[in-house]
Amino acid sequence: MTLPAGTTLGGIAAAQRPARQRAGSPTDGWWPWLFVLPTLLGVLVFYIWPLFQTGYLSFTETGPFGGETWVGTENYAKMLGDKNVGLALVNTVVYTVIVLLGIPVAILLASMVNRPGLRFATFYRVLFFMPYIAMPTAVALVWRMIYNGDFGILNWFLSIFGIDGPYWTSTPGFAIVAVGIVGMWSSLGFSMIILSAGLKNIPPDFYEAAQLDGASRWKQFTSITVPLLTPSIFFVTIISVINGFQLFDLLYAIMGSRNPAMQQSQSLVYIFYNQAFIHNNRGYAAAIAMLILLVIGIVTWFQFRMQKRWVNYV
Amino acid sequence: MKKKNIARLAPLGLVAALALSACSANGGDEAVSTDSKATISYAVWDENQVPALKQNIADFNKEYPNIEVKLDVTPWSQFWTKLQTQASSDTLPDVFWMNGPNFQLYAANDQLEPLTGLIDDKKIDPANYPEALDTLYSYDGTQYGVPKDFDTLGLWYNKSILEQAGVEIPTDAWTWDEIHAASKKISDTLGDQGVYGMTTSLTGGQEGYYNSILQAGGEIISEDGKKSGYDSPEAIEGIQFWTDLIADGSMPTLQQLSDTTANVWFTSGKSGFFYSGTWIVSELSEAENTMDLNVAPLPKGERQATVIHGLANVISSKSKNKAASEAFVTYLASKEAQTTQAEMGAANPAFNGTQTAFVDSVPHFDIQVLLDAQDYAYPYPISKNTAAWTQLETDLLPAAFSGDKPVKDVANELATKMNEALAKE
Repeated sequence: MTLPAGTTLGGIAAAQRPARQRAGSPTDGWWPWLFVLPTLLGVLVFYIWPLFQTGYLSFTETGPFGGETWVGTENYAKMLGDKNVGLALVNTVVYTVIVLLGIPVAILLASMVNRPGLRFATFYRVLFFMPYIAMPTAVALVWRMIYNGDFGILNWFLSIFGIDGPYWTSTPGFAIVAVGIVGMWSSLGFSMIILSAGLKNIPPDFYEAAQLDGASRWKQFTSITVPLLTPSIFFVTIISVINGFQLFDLLYAIMGSRNPAMQQSQSLVYIFYNQAFIHNNRGYAAAIAMLILLVIGIVTWFQFRMQKRWVNYV
Repeated sequence: MKKKNIARLAPLGLVAALALSACSANGGDEAVSTDSKATISYAVWDENQVPALKQNIADFNKEYPNIEVKLDVTPWSQFWTKLQTQASSDTLPDVFWMNGPNFQLYAANDQLEPLTGLIDDKKIDPANYPEALDTLYSYDGTQYGVPKDFDTLGLWYNKSILEQAGVEIPTDAWTWDEIHAASKKISDTLGDQGVYGMTTSLTGGQEGYYNSILQAGGEIISEDGKKSGYDSPEAIEGIQFWTDLIADGSMPTLQQLSDTTANVWFTSGKSGFFYSGTWIVSELSEAENTMDLNVAPLPKGERQATVIHGLANVISSKSKNKAASEAFVTYLASKEAQTTQAEMGAANPAFNGTQTAFVDSVPHFDIQVLLDAQDYAYPYPISKNTAAWTQLETDLLPAAFSGDKPVKDVANELATKMNEALAKE
C-alpha cells in the first residue's frame, strides 16, 4: 500500500483550507519554479506523460514488442462486453468496502492508544504499525498458512466449535473476503498513524470542559473525538479507497495466478496485469487502466463533493 | 575462410587493424578469434545455477580471454516482463535463456538470431541433443536455440507409504488401471491419517494432463501449431483420468492442491505417488524423507508418453557482438560446458551422454528412468502466443477436474476458444 502520486498530506491539507492559501506574490518571478523543477520534471516524465501514452495506447492494438495500429474505440467496446471486467469491478468494490470497514476499528484503536497516561503506548503503536511496513508478499505468505483449508490454524480453531471451515483462498466468494480481511488488517497501522496525528490536534480543553459537564468517556468519544477527527478520517478514507481500487499484490500473492477460484476473484488491476503482461494485449490493458483511472477519479470527486456534509474543520 | 586469411596475415602485425576492418565490412559476423575483444551480456533467471554458469564463463575465457561475459540474473517472476521491455526497445541481452512457451513469440518477431551459420560450419551439431528439443527451438524450419538442459516426467513414489498400504512398487509395466487402483488403495487404507494416493499439480499441463492426453494418443495442439487438440476423444480421456482420481478420493481436490501444493503433500509424507519431473530432483534429494522416495516411469495409457521440455541458449538478432556471442553459445553447447553443468548439479544437461554426472549426483534415485524417458517423449506443446491458450486451460479446466461440468463440454469449449486464440496469432 503506497501513496499514489500527487496525494500528499500537504496536498489534502491545502485543499481543506483554501481560505488560508496565500496568493503568489508578484515579485516572486520565475525562480521559485527552479526549486520545484526537479519534482515537476519527475511527475511530468513518470506520471503525466505515461498517462497520456496509456490513453493513446487504449485506442490501439499493440504488438508484443511494440508497434501500434489504431483501432478506434474497439478496446472500449470489447471491455463493455467483457463479463470478467464487470465481475472484477464488483470484486474490487467488495475488497474496498472491507478495507473501509477497518477505519472505525482504526479510530477506536487510535484513541485507545493515545489515551493520556497509557503505559507502553509506544510499544502498542509499533505493534499496530508493523503490518504496514511488512512486505505484502511476506504478509501474504503468513496469511496463506493461516487460511490453509487442511492444515491452517483458522480452520483448526473453527473445528473446536464444530465448524467445518471452507478452503478460504480457493473458494469463489470466500477468497475475495479473505483477501479483504488481510488488506484491512495490514492497513490498520497506516490509518492509526494518520488518525493519531489528528487526535493530537484536538485541544485538551474540550475534554476538560466535557468532564466538568459530566460527559461519559463514550459520550466524549462520540461528541468530541469523532467529529473533530473528521478531517483525518476523510483523508484516510480517500487513501483507502484509492488503494483499494488498486488491489493487486495481496490478491496475487495470497491466491496465486493458478488458483481455481482466481477467475471469479480477480480485481481490475489483476485483469490489467494479465492482459498486458501475459496475453500481450497492451492496447486492451491500457483501456482497462483508463477505466480504473476513471472509476477512482469519479469516486474521489464524489467524496470531495460529499465532504461538506460531514467533515468539520475547526 | 576469413579466419585463415587473418591467420596468414598475422605475422605482418596487421591482425588488429584487419580484424577491425573485417568487422566493419560485414557487421561483425564470424570474425571472432581467440584474441577478439568484446563484452557481451548473458541473461538468466536461476540463481541456483549461477556457480556452474560462472565456471562455464571462466572456462570459455581460457580460449577467449578478451571476451568479457556479464552474467545478468533476473528472478523468474520478472524475467519475461523485463525481456519483453528490452526487446521493445532493441536492448535485448546478447545471449539469454529461452523456454518453450516464449520461444515462438521471439522467433516469429525476428528477435532471435538463426543458428544456421553455426550449424552449417559444424560448430554446433543438433544431433547431439534430444530431437524433441531441437524441434522445440525450431521455427519455420530454422533452428534458433541450442538446448541447454532438459526435463521429462516420472512417477515418484514413497516406499514407506506404499508398504504401509500394501501396494507394490510401481514398475515400467504399469498402466492407468494399476496406478488408479494403487492410489485408491492408499487413500482408503491411510485416509484417516490424511494420506492420499496421488498428488500432482493440475494448474499447468506439464506435470499432469499434457502427459495423460499424450498417453491416450491425443495431442494438445496440432503439429503445425494451428489447431487445438482438446476436442478429440483421446484428449477428453486424458483429462478424465484426473477427474476420476479426484472423484473417488484417490487424489486431493483442486482446492486442497491450491492451498497446499503437490510437492508439499509429497515431501511431507502425505501422498504415495507424485507426478513430477527432472527439476524436482534437487528438492526431493533434500527432503527429510528422501531415503523413502524413488522414481519409476509414468504409467502407460494407450501408449507410453511424457512431455519433454528444456531451456535453450539463444542470441539476440540485435546483438552488436554477434561473433563473440556465437562463440560463447558454441561453447555453452559443447560437451565440456554441459558436463560442467551436470557435475555441479545445476541441471540435467541436454548434450547426449553428459547426463551420467547428474545421475550419479543422487545415487538413491533411479534418475536413469527420467533420461530413458526421452525415447518416448513428445515436445512441450507451444505456439506463437502460448500464454493466451494456457490461460484458457487454467480458466476452464478446473470445472472439469472438480466434476462441476462434464469433461466433454469443457474440452469442447476449451478447443473452440483455443482455436479462436490460435487464429489470431
